[in-house]
Amino acid sequence: MLSIVIFLPLAAAALLALPGLGARTVVRIWIAATAADLALVAALWAGYGGGTAYETRLRWIPSARAGYHVGVDGLSLPLIAMTALLFLLCAVCSLRQTHRVRGYAALFLFLQTVCLGLFSALDLLLFFVFFDLAIVGMYFVIVGWGHGDRARSALKFFLYTFLGSLALLLGFIGLYLAAEPHTFDMADLIANPPRAGAAVLLAVGIGFAVKTPVVPVHTWLPPAHTDAPAAGSAILAGVLLKMGTYGFARIAVPMLPEQWRAYAWAAIVIGVVSVLYGALVALAQENLKRLIAYTSVNHMGYVILALGAAGLDGGRAARELAVSGAVTQMVSHGLVTGALFLIAGVLWDRARNYGLGEYGGLAGRAPVLTGLTAVAAFASMGLPALSGFIAEFQIFTGVIGAGAVVAGALSLLGILITAGLLLRMIHRVFLGGPGELTGRVSDVRPYELAAIAPLLALSLVIGIAPRWLLDVIEPAARALVTLAGR
Amino acid sequence: MNASLWLLPALPAGAGGLLLLLRRAGAPVAIAVATLTLALAVHAAVTRPVVNARLFFPGGLPDGTGAGLAVDGLSAVMVVTVAAAGLAVLVFAAGETRGARFHGLMLIFVAAMLVTVTAQDLVLLLMGWEVMGAMSYALIGYQWRDPARVRSGALAFLTTRTGDLGLYVAAGAAMAGGSLALRELPALAWRDLAAAGIVVAALGKSAQLPFSFWLSRAMAGPSPVSALLHSATMVAAGAYLLLRVQPLLAATGWAASVVVWAGALTALTLGAVAVAQRDLKQLLAASTCAQIGFMVAAAGVPAVAGGVAQLVAHAAVKSLLFLAAGVWLAVLGTEDLVGLGGAGRRDRLVGVAFGVGAVALAGVPPLSLWVTKDTILAAVRTPGLYAVLVVAGLIAAAYSARALAAVWRAGPGREGVREVTGWERAPLPVLALVAAGAGAVALPGVFQAWGRLVGEPRAVAPAWGELAMSGGAAVAVAAVTVVATAAARPRRVIGFLAGWLYLERAAVGLVVRPVLALAGALARFDDRVLDAAVNGVPRLGLALARVVRAPFETGLDGVVRAVAAATARLGALARRPQTGQVHRYFAQAAVVLTVLAVALVLLR
Repeated sequence: MLSIVIFLPLAAAALLALPGLGARTVVRIWIAATAADLALVAALWAGYGGGTAYETRLRWIPSARAGYHVGVDGLSLPLIAMTALLFLLCAVCSLRQTHRVRGYAALFLFLQTVCLGLFSALDLLLFFVFFDLAIVGMYFVIVGWGHGDRARSALKFFLYTFLGSLALLLGFIGLYLAAEPHTFDMADLIANPPRAGAAVLLAVGIGFAVKTPVVPVHTWLPPAHTDAPAAGSAILAGVLLKMGTYGFARIAVPMLPEQWRAYAWAAIVIGVVSVLYGALVALAQENLKRLIAYTSVNHMGYVILALGAAGLDGGRAARELAVSGAVTQMVSHGLVTGALFLIAGVLWDRARNYGLGEYGGLAGRAPVLTGLTAVAAFASMGLPALSGFIAEFQIFTGVIGAGAVVAGALSLLGILITAGLLLRMIHRVFLGGPGELTGRVSDVRPYELAAIAPLLALSLVIGIAPRWLLDVIEPAARALVTLAGR
Repeated sequence: MNASLWLLPALPAGAGGLLLLLRRAGAPVAIAVATLTLALAVHAAVTRPVVNARLFFPGGLPDGTGAGLAVDGLSAVMVVTVAAAGLAVLVFAAGETRGARFHGLMLIFVAAMLVTVTAQDLVLLLMGWEVMGAMSYALIGYQWRDPARVRSGALAFLTTRTGDLGLYVAAGAAMAGGSLALRELPALAWRDLAAAGIVVAALGKSAQLPFSFWLSRAMAGPSPVSALLHSATMVAAGAYLLLRVQPLLAATGWAASVVVWAGALTALTLGAVAVAQRDLKQLLAASTCAQIGFMVAAAGVPAVAGGVAQLVAHAAVKSLLFLAAGVWLAVLGTEDLVGLGGAGRRDRLVGVAFGVGAVALAGVPPLSLWVTKDTILAAVRTPGLYAVLVVAGLIAAAYSARALAAVWRAGPGREGVREVTGWERAPLPVLALVAAGAGAVALPGVFQAWGRLVGEPRAVAPAWGELAMSGGAAVAVAAVTVVATAAARPRRVIGFLAGWLYLERAAVGLVVRPVLALAGALARFDDRVLDAAVNGVPRLGLALARVVRAPFETGLDGVVRAVAAATARLGALARRPQTGQVHRYFAQAAVVLTVLAVALVLLR
């Protein structure tokens, strides 16, 4: 069942190779495949009963004890669901795409398989393969369908994250060698954590830190986002960044618990710096997409901070709350930042410009777009009744409750600065008097609304009634805190 | 029916959300929903429902209580006050011409306050608290085409959110103790941290010193927004929270004194600020800070029963005053105290209603604030504090008299832009009635019951002597002010006070500008140092590659080439004798043989 979910998009991509398909048909197949995949994920969710479920274990490279081992738990299931939803909405948003649709759709379907595979992988080698393929796929999305200085941005993205993945591979080999018996199987590695040194944590940490990204290894992110197409940015921010934080939670914390506890302070410091630095630099941006990109650095900083707090020895309930908040934040950020990038895509579609200073007073010409942006911005700044608050409140209270009072208090300033910068963005683009390009912006079209609104509606649902999500996440958070405490 | 308690905030919130989506029939829906909400609030106040629901896993106490919504005596008073003020203001707003967006935002604003005053735990409290802040942003900047109003909204939101961070810290401190329940706060190990966070949040929301300036900017919103924001929501939330956590403040030993003095000093200085204003709404805004100061001080004294009575009475008084001011702003197009001359005589209903509110605000007997303020004073045991609060009360008489004199004196009688509508007039008499009579709760005999209701059974009612003294002094000060309004005052002090102690200037200069400068500097650092370093890596690689190519690759290649060239030259040399001409071969053979012969001869 899980393998069908993973490979259904790839099969659909193969279907697109049939000759004689028109652009409209291609997009319809794309939407149908992603919708079917989302329905399957919903069925997975409905049938999920806790623990690791839907496991499949096949022989792959037995000499290295690496296998095709997949399964889901409370850590991965929310991310898988968010991924499936985001890919569906990106397909919807690309309804009017006319430029080389076939390749575009095939590439996104391929990326979907890769992303779903990564979040389901329970084998380090399998994980690594998906990790690298995602970089390759996104490189082609940016270079093929981006705009601006896309070749350079794509190359920078590829080389930087590829370098990170090489560090990751080194770390994985270190884990493999330190394990007795040698194995790449994650379940085995988590059950019997290898006695690996700090160097292994460093290698794994660098690999995931680049992907997340955290300060100071984040500079590939703004250009990649700016020059990627809207759907590409949404996937890059919504799904690909989560590979880094998910890797920390899935691999670094439970497989290297002793090292993680010893270096928890490092994660906390990096988290706090990313939170504040990302927010402050975002405050100074004049380009909408760069602004959103830097808020991603800020938001991912909270996740790293919370995972760092999991390695402290403060109250157990507080640490569980922090981890639960970290996972919620990954889901919330995927929804909200995905929506923000799709909104930026609407502006680009109309006026080919991301400059904040070029617009103004859009609320008159595009009231629906303004409403969507306002909700997305408030969700992004962690306003209650939207998903960002549920995530960030858990993180803050968990981090402070676990004993990192100063770190928690400092990172709180992050939500104040993000509030300031997002209100400033809304003011400059949507309120006040008209700007130079205001006249070229029309309100959202129905298919754009259909792509953006569900993300925000889900954010609202999570913000008001989060139990259905937290009931899945909390047991996994509890388990992770237990694993980190060994 | 306990579960119906969810309906109390859900009804206005849901209806407000629908109005925002559908954008039609704002006023009728808002009035209907606000009426229903008031009915639900009264029902809840009578039945005192409790719903336990956890949002996060350790949320409440181990037995499942302590998280969710509950209506106890204090909350009962608050929900009725909030719902009633909300209805009054929405009825008034129906008389203006505003879009459904306005009514939707107002309903959500009310819903958020209802959550805040019924929350049992810090999470729900914070949710209502922050949504309220966001709605105040949207409402203050309602006229979004005007950049100044939008900025005012953002300033109000960011200032109160700065304080809100304290609540997050408090929640973290509570989390360390394992429970977020409000009633467990006094027993926390980290109660000092929790108390500090809550005090900061409350001072921010209630526009106490040093946060007061945001309330001045909040005047950019439409008048009904001011009427609601200054009475039963927003600024009242801070006072409510402090009154709610009074046991925590008392348990810390220091927080109570901090709160008392913050409230008392705000009452004193912002009262002086109010006296110096030239604009009616600004005068009323500063007076709100000052009056809320009494409630904040009451939380620390402690005089919870008096503080809550003051909150209710002030809510009626202030919504009344702002609605009347709103009428004049809409009809006469001015809120300048000089320009409003004669405004009170134009429309007797509005004028008399405003008069009742202003007299009550002055603390003149027998109206409400006269009594409620004295119930707080009666519990004060420190002479210095008592003196400050008494003076603050007399200043209230001064600014109220100033406002009253401005609108009631004979004036030019400006031409009105439009007539006062029936909807606008409707809530005024009701509010005036409450503003006049709300002091009845503090009457000896009634006050003990009131104290039991809001959770302070041993509340002491003020003595008749105290009441008579303060009433007499208030009347005297008011009279002197009316007579001496035109007396000259030193301009510099006026500037300082009229400018709200320059608090906003200080906040912008000391916080906003440095943060923006830091952001700019970091952005440049990000581009020119970090990113440049990253870009430097491939450049370094290319340079290295060139180095490898120039000496090494070229050198190695050179050796190979040299060998090849030498070989080729040797080959060419070797080719030269091979001409294919027999006579030359003979000659060569002869030479070689000769050389060999000579060599043989010589070497032997």
